[in-house]
Amino acid sequence: MAYAVEFREVARTFGTVRAVDRVSLSIEPGEFFAMLGPSGSGKTTCLRLIAGFDLPDSGEVLLEGRDVSSVPPYERNVNTVFQDYALFPHMTVLENVAYGPRMRRVSLAERSARAREMLDLVKLRGFEDRRPAQLSGGQKQRVALARALINQPKVLLLDEPLGALDLKLREEMQIELRNLQRRLAITFIYVTHDQGEALSMSDRVAVFNSGRIEQMAQARELYTRPRTPFVARFVGGANVAEGEFAQKLAASTQPFAIRTESVAVLAPSDAVASSMVAADGTVLDVQFHGATCRWQVRLDAGEIFSATCNATESARVQGVPGERVRLAWARENMVMLESTPA
Amino acid sequence: MNAAAATLSPASGPLRSASTFLYRRPTFYLLLLLLPPLLWLGTVYLGTLFALLMQSIYSIDEFTAQIVRTPTLATYKQLLTQPANLDIVTRTLTMAICVTIAAAFVAFPIANYMVRYASPRTKAIFYVAVLVPMWTSYLVKVYAWRLILAKEGILSWLFQAIGAQGLLDAILQLPAIGGPSLSSSYIGMFIVFVYMWLPYMILPIAAALERVPASLIQASADLGAHPGQTFRSVILPLVMPGLAAGSVFTFCLTLGDYIIPSIVGAPGYFIGMMVYQSQGTAGNIPLAAAFSVVPIVLIAIYLSLVKRLGAFDAM
Repeated sequence: MAYAVEFREVARTFGTVRAVDRVSLSIEPGEFFAMLGPSGSGKTTCLRLIAGFDLPDSGEVLLEGRDVSSVPPYERNVNTVFQDYALFPHMTVLENVAYGPRMRRVSLAERSARAREMLDLVKLRGFEDRRPAQLSGGQKQRVALARALINQPKVLLLDEPLGALDLKLREEMQIELRNLQRRLAITFIYVTHDQGEALSMSDRVAVFNSGRIEQMAQARELYTRPRTPFVARFVGGANVAEGEFAQKLAASTQPFAIRTESVAVLAPSDAVASSMVAADGTVLDVQFHGATCRWQVRLDAGEIFSATCNATESARVQGVPGERVRLAWARENMVMLESTPA
Repeated sequence: MNAAAATLSPASGPLRSASTFLYRRPTFYLLLLLLPPLLWLGTVYLGTLFALLMQSIYSIDEFTAQIVRTPTLATYKQLLTQPANLDIVTRTLTMAICVTIAAAFVAFPIANYMVRYASPRTKAIFYVAVLVPMWTSYLVKVYAWRLILAKEGILSWLFQAIGAQGLLDAILQLPAIGGPSLSSSYIGMFIVFVYMWLPYMILPIAAALERVPASLIQASADLGAHPGQTFRSVILPLVMPGLAAGSVFTFCLTLGDYIIPSIVGAPGYFIGMMVYQSQGTAGNIPLAAAFSVVPIVLIAIYLSLVKRLGAFDAM
């Protein structure tokens, strides 16, 4: 069976900026696939290339095995949920949702019935006659979702769909989106810069950095076995030691990552087992996060390392800026990384 | 203690206390700002409009040429029953409608290019190019057009040079709108009107287009709409307020103008010329006033039509 979406050496350049730099990827039908990366990393351009809002300079974009590299958006069986929702302000909710079938000349009665079904699906029954301006952010989000799903696309593209919502609503919508995707069994491609969102929702995640995919893997693997310093920092929020610093710290010729929850904070005089690596430093700041505390420590070897500790733990250290501490972690918890290509 | 008091106590001075006074009385402040312009609008604008309307219900004594200051609808009757006067109204109205439609058709692609496709630099050049002609003397532009459209002018020379003299002759032989040359035909007048009012159409349309996010157009295409469908279902309804504003400009300006019809085009009279002549050489101020009321009424009808079509719903 053909892939739902496939990129073959796709490149897109804007002026001198390589937004997408010879990217190849393949997405299975029914997969929840996340494209994760900081702004300007090329993930949104990739989404636009799938939707057809932009065309590649070179390479091929395939949908279900068909080369669509130069096919306009209105001839692709793909729909998009926009970051700003892009609801038509001069139409009611029902008219917005029924827009797709209307463009395909489906009769008024049938398209209205289908639009009502879609509104049921996103739990917005009773809002048919409202205008987008009369809706809250979460409601607009649902209308955008219903409008994109009514054409029964093979692939649904979501461009940072939850970015404008507050935290509680965002968490609810994450669960709802995931359930919806399982129920409809269509491919979701989800663009986000929030690594938590990408990890918790997706089957697979592609991490983008300056127009390239640094790593493409399942969420758990991405977190536990990052391949590059960028992935370790961006996805895991891990401490990364590279080059000389890695050498000084743990006698490692390769760069390595150590997750903040694997780092213990000890008093400077505490003894450390031989299976552990220890480094002394000065506390910069301690942030209270409820269940955990996050320590920022400037190591004597040069860089700043973080440690996440249980907040209720009675440590032998106070946690005031300027205090001397010793950080320690087990050698087996270190993840060896590929050197960043020069 | 002293230092704290110093930072908390308001600084003194008459200006400071005056602004505090105004800050605490927002309604008074608003009145202070609005009263002068409102007085100006009330007395100068509405007052003269009222005086004009008053003049139109007076009449002129045909023997003494004196204005009879008793209210009567005689002048309106004269305006609406004499075929020559009705001709003038129809001619002006037809021209205003044609100019408005043509200006919309010419302006839309230009505005669309400026807003959607031009680079910031090109866009700035376009805005300047649209605005600069408005800094030039109106009369200079009209006379320039007369030269361009004249029998021996640039345009007819161009038609000759590309061997299309026959086409120009055919156009000029069209009944009613043709004439001996472009500069003495209604076609010529129409061209000059469209040119003159084009900026007033381009700018409101461009402003309306600027407010349509690109994502709406993408969303429309994404949902399966062909470019034509997107234009009809999304762009046009959202640009309607701008289009309506622009058309009000071109419509009103054409209805009221008297310089272009007197310099370019066929000898038929227009409302503006009639007003000018009635109150000037003929000294028939009531008829001039009655003629001036015609555009006001037509514009009121036009605006209510536009409103009924829903042009202002998206505002």
